[in-house]
Amino acid sequence: MSNLAWIFISTLLVSNFTLAMFLGLCPFFGVTAKIDTAWRLGAANTFVMLLTAAAAWVLNTYVLTEVPFLRTIAFIVVIASGVQIVEMAIKKLSPTLFRQLGIFLPLITTNCAILGLALFQTARQYTLPESIAFALGGGLGLTLALSLMASIRERMDVADVPVVARGMGLVLIVASVLSMAFMGFAGLGSAP
Amino acid sequence: MTDHPTGTPATEAVFIPGAPPPATLPADVWRGISRENPVLVQMLGLCPAMAVTNSLANGLAMGAATMLVLLGSELFVSLFRKAIPGEVRITSYVLIIATFVTVVDLALAASFPDISKALGPFMPLIVVNCMILGRAEAFASKVRPVRAMADAIGMGLGFTMALAAVSGVRELLGSGSLLGVDLFGPSWEPWVFMVMPPGGFLTLGVIMLGLAWVTDLRRSRAKAVA
Repeated sequence: MSNLAWIFISTLLVSNFTLAMFLGLCPFFGVTAKIDTAWRLGAANTFVMLLTAAAAWVLNTYVLTEVPFLRTIAFIVVIASGVQIVEMAIKKLSPTLFRQLGIFLPLITTNCAILGLALFQTARQYTLPESIAFALGGGLGLTLALSLMASIRERMDVADVPVVARGMGLVLIVASVLSMAFMGFAGLGSAP
Repeated sequence: MTDHPTGTPATEAVFIPGAPPPATLPADVWRGISRENPVLVQMLGLCPAMAVTNSLANGLAMGAATMLVLLGSELFVSLFRKAIPGEVRITSYVLIIATFVTVVDLALAASFPDISKALGPFMPLIVVNCMILGRAEAFASKVRPVRAMADAIGMGLGFTMALAAVSGVRELLGSGSLLGVDLFGPSWEPWVFMVMPPGGFLTLGVIMLGLAWVTDLRRSRAKAVA
């Protein structure tokens, strides 16, 4: 049990998906202009990550044992169809939420955090409960990073910044400082 | 590259909505390196641009691998552009890309096992490099195979150059070496920070700020002349 908690904490803070492993940078820079969309997208990502973790574990254990070279292709197909199913389910169950998420939902397919989750979980040979803890930590970590970045950028809009620096350059440097702050968690140790 | 250098002018037989305007092949190559550089201008493919650029060798290997995948997938997307129905095109593109990533991944693991190990899961992650899917959808699916290949070479070179710039700076400052060759001798105190994650964000951020500054200078100079 402590191992599960450890994987969760470590993925959430110490090796945060976005700030330490550079996964999911597209939404990190693309949709962090408003905090509202940021955390909502994070939540949608977390949900897809949980599904992917379970699906990837099933694939690894029962299907891909004989053909490991098909892993990449199998994962991306599963993720693409998983996102499609989630999209249809949300559309049917809660049209309001569907409208709020809009274009972000299909774009989750090409979010490297999702495929990265499946690949890292394979490389580390996690069991099913470990994979779920990994996905939960990774998803919430992504949500945390997105929300932090969005709040900083909302404040930056009203700050007096030189004209030259009003672009992605400054956002990247802010991300660097944020990433440096998260390095402080390295004192907690690293995941097994 | 607005004047027409030697090369076959590409004329499209049928008009396709959203097709890129006709251009010469050298212009197609040059666009990816300069004005539409995937990393530095379009901000695409940022994950590999920072995740594996802690040494120049890794950066170059990632650039070369991405370029090979880009070449293969743009060629096949362009070859099959009339056979792929519009409704399932994204899925088809992703499958084509994933196939080439698997090929390049296995080839790299067989020929350079050390680099393959250093890149780790970031090698199969080329599948979700938004630059490749973006080029397939926006360019290769609408032009002849020759132009798609020219575009792939340009985008691949532009991507590799951006990665080489980031990884060169990071290895030079972070380990005091280039391609593993020690440059500053034992008295150099390495900036360990640069090879760690924040160093990646910082290096790319400073490069982008520099580019924005140069663009701004050129604009104001053009205004002063006019």
